[in-house]
Amino acid sequence: MTKTVTDVVCPFCGTLCDDLEVSVTDDGKQILDVYNACAIGAEKFLHSQAKDRITRPRLQQPDGTWKDISYDEAADYTAKMLAGAKKPLMYGWSSVNCEAQSVGNEIAETCRACVDNTAAVCHGTTLIAVQDIGLPTCTLGEVKNRADTIIFWGCNPCHAHPRHMSRYSIFPRGFFTGKGHKSRKLVVVDPRVTDTAKMADMHLQVTQGQDYELLNAFRVAIRNEWLPDVVAGIPKEKIIEAVTMMKAGRFGIIFFGMGVTQSLGKNHNIDEAIAVTKDLNEYTKFSIMPMRGHYNVTGSGEVLAWQFGYPYSVDLTRGFPRYNPGDTSSIDLLNRGEIDAAFVIGSDPGAHFPISAVKKISQVNSVCVDPHITPTSGVSKLHVPVAFNGVETGGNAYRMDNVPIDCRKVVDAPEGMLTDEQFLVMVRDRVKKLKGVA
Amino acid sequence: MAEYIIKNGFVFDPVQGIKGEKADVAIKDGKIVKDVSKSAKVIDAAGKTVMAGAVEIHAHIAGPKVNLGRIYRPEDKLFTCTATKGIERTGSGNSIPSTFKTGYEYAKMGYTTCMEAAMPPMFSRHVHEEIRDTPIIDEGAFPVFGNNWFVMEYLKNNEVENTAAYIAWLLRATKGYAVKVVNPGGTEAWGWGLNCLSINDPVPYFDITPAEIVKGLIEANEYLGLPHSMHIHPNNLGNPGCYQTTLDTLNLADGYKAKNKFGREQVMHITHMQFHSYGGENWGNFESKATEIMDYVNSHKNLTMDTGNVTLDETTTMTADGPFEHHLTGLNHLKWANCDVELETAAGVVPYIYSPDIKVCAIQWSIGLELALLAKDPMRCFITTDHPNAGPFTRYPRVFKWLMSKKARDERLNTFKNADKVIAASTLGSIDREITLYELAQMTRAGPAKSLGLANICGGLKPGMDADVAVYDFNPDKPLADPEMIETAFSRAAYVFKSGVQVVTHGDIVNIGNKRTLWVDVKVNDNPQVMRDIKEKFLKYYSMTQANYESLGHHFVPNPLALEVDATQV
Repeated sequence: MTKTVTDVVCPFCGTLCDDLEVSVTDDGKQILDVYNACAIGAEKFLHSQAKDRITRPRLQQPDGTWKDISYDEAADYTAKMLAGAKKPLMYGWSSVNCEAQSVGNEIAETCRACVDNTAAVCHGTTLIAVQDIGLPTCTLGEVKNRADTIIFWGCNPCHAHPRHMSRYSIFPRGFFTGKGHKSRKLVVVDPRVTDTAKMADMHLQVTQGQDYELLNAFRVAIRNEWLPDVVAGIPKEKIIEAVTMMKAGRFGIIFFGMGVTQSLGKNHNIDEAIAVTKDLNEYTKFSIMPMRGHYNVTGSGEVLAWQFGYPYSVDLTRGFPRYNPGDTSSIDLLNRGEIDAAFVIGSDPGAHFPISAVKKISQVNSVCVDPHITPTSGVSKLHVPVAFNGVETGGNAYRMDNVPIDCRKVVDAPEGMLTDEQFLVMVRDRVKKLKGVA
Repeated sequence: MAEYIIKNGFVFDPVQGIKGEKADVAIKDGKIVKDVSKSAKVIDAAGKTVMAGAVEIHAHIAGPKVNLGRIYRPEDKLFTCTATKGIERTGSGNSIPSTFKTGYEYAKMGYTTCMEAAMPPMFSRHVHEEIRDTPIIDEGAFPVFGNNWFVMEYLKNNEVENTAAYIAWLLRATKGYAVKVVNPGGTEAWGWGLNCLSINDPVPYFDITPAEIVKGLIEANEYLGLPHSMHIHPNNLGNPGCYQTTLDTLNLADGYKAKNKFGREQVMHITHMQFHSYGGENWGNFESKATEIMDYVNSHKNLTMDTGNVTLDETTTMTADGPFEHHLTGLNHLKWANCDVELETAAGVVPYIYSPDIKVCAIQWSIGLELALLAKDPMRCFITTDHPNAGPFTRYPRVFKWLMSKKARDERLNTFKNADKVIAASTLGSIDREITLYELAQMTRAGPAKSLGLANICGGLKPGMDADVAVYDFNPDKPLADPEMIETAFSRAAYVFKSGVQVVTHGDIVNIGNKRTLWVDVKVNDNPQVMRDIKEKFLKYYSMTQANYESLGHHFVPNPLALEVDATQV
C-alpha cells in the first residue's frame, strides 16, 4: 500500500508551487512518485531517494581524501572555525527554511560575521533599484485574476520557472480573466528566441546589453514624445505598438529575470523598468515582479531585513549591521582576501562565483552544508550533508511575490541525518559557549 | 515565580480610580496580588510614578509592508543601529526598527501590549514570524476585512451571519485579533487603479458601497461579540475636506450598541483621527476640523478613537490604503512601493518628511494634539502616532510632553516657520488644558485595554490582572521645572514588569520575558455554505491551496493567548 501526501510545497524555484501530491510508502520512508510538479521539481523529490547519498559529515584530509566524522565533531569544527575567525563569511541561505536562517543570523551576530544570500549574484541589483525608486507589485493571484497584459523581460519561465505560466501568469482562468490565455496579451523582451518568446504575441528581440535604452524608449513612447527610428534594435513602430497595448490593458505586469538584472546596466535597468511601471499607473494598473530563483531566496531577504534591516550583504563585523553592496557583498569580500573563514549553506558558489572568488574559499577554513556533493563541497574543508528542506523537513519559505508558505515534510531523512536547523542549533550553542555569551 | 512589591510609588490606575496616591503594588506568579510574603523583592518607587504597562492600540510593527519599508529604506538605518549588548540583540532603524529593537524600545518606554494594525490575511505567517522575533511585548494582529471579496459578496446580499462565520474562520486561520477595515471598498477599487472617496462610491464590479461594508461589519462584529469592535481607517484619508467623509463614517455607527462579554462599550474604533480631520478645499486653505470631529465623538458613547499624532520627523508611511500611497507619491515624489493582495487587500509604502517648516505638516501636528486635548472622555480617546505613519512610536514621550505641558507645545507652535498661518488654522493655541498623569494612564493604558476587550487582563493594577507595571522617574509631587523632564522620564522607565517578570531596570533590558501572541478564537455553528465558498475561492481564485493557508502553532504562534468567544448560541 502507499499513501499520498497532498498540498506539498515544491522546494525548487521561487514559483513555490504548493499543489504537489507525493505518493510514499506506508512507512513514510520512501517517495514513489511525484504528481503535479514540473520536471525539475519532481527530480528534486526523487533524487533525494538516491541510494548513494552522503549521510554523514566528511572532513577533507591533507591528501585530499574524505573522512567520515560525526555531527558532533562537525559542529565542533564549524563552531571553532566561526568563533575563531576575524571576519567569517556566512553565505547562501536560499534553499534553507526561515527557521534555519534565523538561527544562522544569530550565529552571525555572535561571531560578527558577514551574512549574504544568493541575491548577491542574482536579484541584488533589483533590491538596489527598489531602494532607489520603490516597487509597485502584487501577489501572483492578482495576476491570475486580473492581468490582461503580461511582459516577460529577460527571463525564460518555460525553462526556469516551468509552472509559472500555467499557475499564475498566462493560462489560468481567474475571476476577471475567464477566458484564460485568450484574454491575455504576452510580450517577451529577450535577445534570444527562447521557448517563452516563441509563445509571445509580440517578441521584441532587443540588442543584447541595450535593455536600458529600450526601457527608456518605452517611457518616451508612453509620453508620446519623439523617438528615433530604431532603439536597441527595435523599430519605433514596434515600440509604440507595444506601449499602446500596455496602456490599453486593464491590468498589466512586467516579470523580469537575470537577463536584465545581471547584464550591462544592472540595477539601472531595473530602475528604469520600475519607472516604466510607475508611469503606466497614470494610465492603467501596472505592476512589476522579479522572477526570484531559489525557492527561499526571498525568505532569506525577509528574515535578514526584519532582524538586521537589510535584505542581503549584511556586515556584522562591528557588532551592528552595515550594508554596502560592492563592499560587503560576498564576491567582493572574497576577491579582496578579507575573509578568513567561509561557511556556505543552501547554495553553490563553487558553481556560480567567479573562479577567483572560489579559489579564496578553497584557501581558507571552510564548511559547506548541503545535501548534495557540489563544486562548493569539493573545495570545502568540511562537508555537512543534511536533510532536504521541503522533502525531509518542513519550514517556512517565501514565494517570489513574498507570500510565505509553510513547506511540508514528505518522508523521513535517512537514519541519523540532521536538518539544517538542527545542525545550526548545535553550532550556535557551541559558538555561544566559545564566545562566553549566555 | 518571583514575588515583588513596588513600594511607595505614586500610583495612577484608572481601573481602580487611584489618582496618584502613594500605594504599594504587589506581584506574584505573573499577576497583581493584594499581598505578598516577606521574601518578596522590594522595588523602591518612592518619588516615582507607577502605572500599568501601556497598551498600544494601533501601530504597524510586523508584517510584509513593514518589512518592505525596512528593505527599501537603507537610509532609515543611518546612525540608528545599536550593537549587541548583553542579552540585547543588535538593532537597526528609526521609523521602521528591526523586530528586536521594536520590542526593546516599547518595553523601555513601559509598553507591554501592542497591536499590529493591519495584517493581510494571506501574509499572516509573515506577520507572526515577525511577532515571534519581537521580544518581550505581547502582540496581536488585526486582519483586514474591508476589501475582502467574501465580505463584499455576503454583505451585498445582507448576509450578516455568513459574514460572521467567515470572520470566525479567518481569525482562526490567521490567528488574528480583530476586524480591521481600511479604506472600505477603495482598496479593492485600487485593483483597477481606482478609489472610493466617499462612503457612497460604489465598489467596481462588487456593486456595494463603503457604507454598506462598514455597517455590515459592525453588525457581524456584534453578532459574534468579539473583544474589540470594528476598527476602521475611513475613506478619503489625508485630503483637504476629508472630515466630512469622516463624520459620514462615524454616523454609520449610530444606533448600534456593543454586545460582548469583555466589557467593551464601543461599536466602532476610528484610528489615526488626525488624518481624517482636515478642512479646506486645497493645501492652500487647509485647516483643522478637530472641533467638529471631537464634538461628534464626545457626544457619541459608542465610539472610541486614537489620535495619530504627527511628531515632525522623517518617517515611512505604510497603509493598506493602496490608492492613498499612490496619491502621496504624486505629492512628495518619494519612492513608492505597492503590493496588491489577491481577494483581500493591498498595501503601499512611501517615505515622508514632516517638516516643521512646511505649513501643512505643522497644521497636522496641531490637529493631532487638538484632538486629544478636546477629548472629554480620556477613556475613549487614545494616544498613537499610527507608527510609523505620523511618526515613530519612540516619540510617544515627546507627544506626552506636548499634551501635558502648554508651555512645551506653545514653544513649538510659536516657533514654526509659518507660525501665524499655523496658529490661525486650528484652535490649539487657545487650548489651556494640560493632560494629567491620571488622564495619561486612561489614554495609554486603561482606555485602549478596555476598547480592545482586554480590561480584565491588562491596562490596570487591580489584583488578578496581569502584572504589567511601569515605574517612571517622575515625581508628580514636585513642581515641573522643565517640560523636558516628562520626555526624559517616559523615554526610559526605571522599572518595567511584564507578566510579573522584571524586563527593564533603569532603562536597560534585563530579561526578555514571556512574550505571547494574542488572538481570538470564535466558536460558531457549522456553516456549510461559507465552508463551501471558502473551498471554491481557493480552488478557483487563490494562488495557494487552502491547506497551506493557516498559521499553525509550532513556528508561527509558539506562545499563544487565545481569547475565547462562543457565538453558537446567538
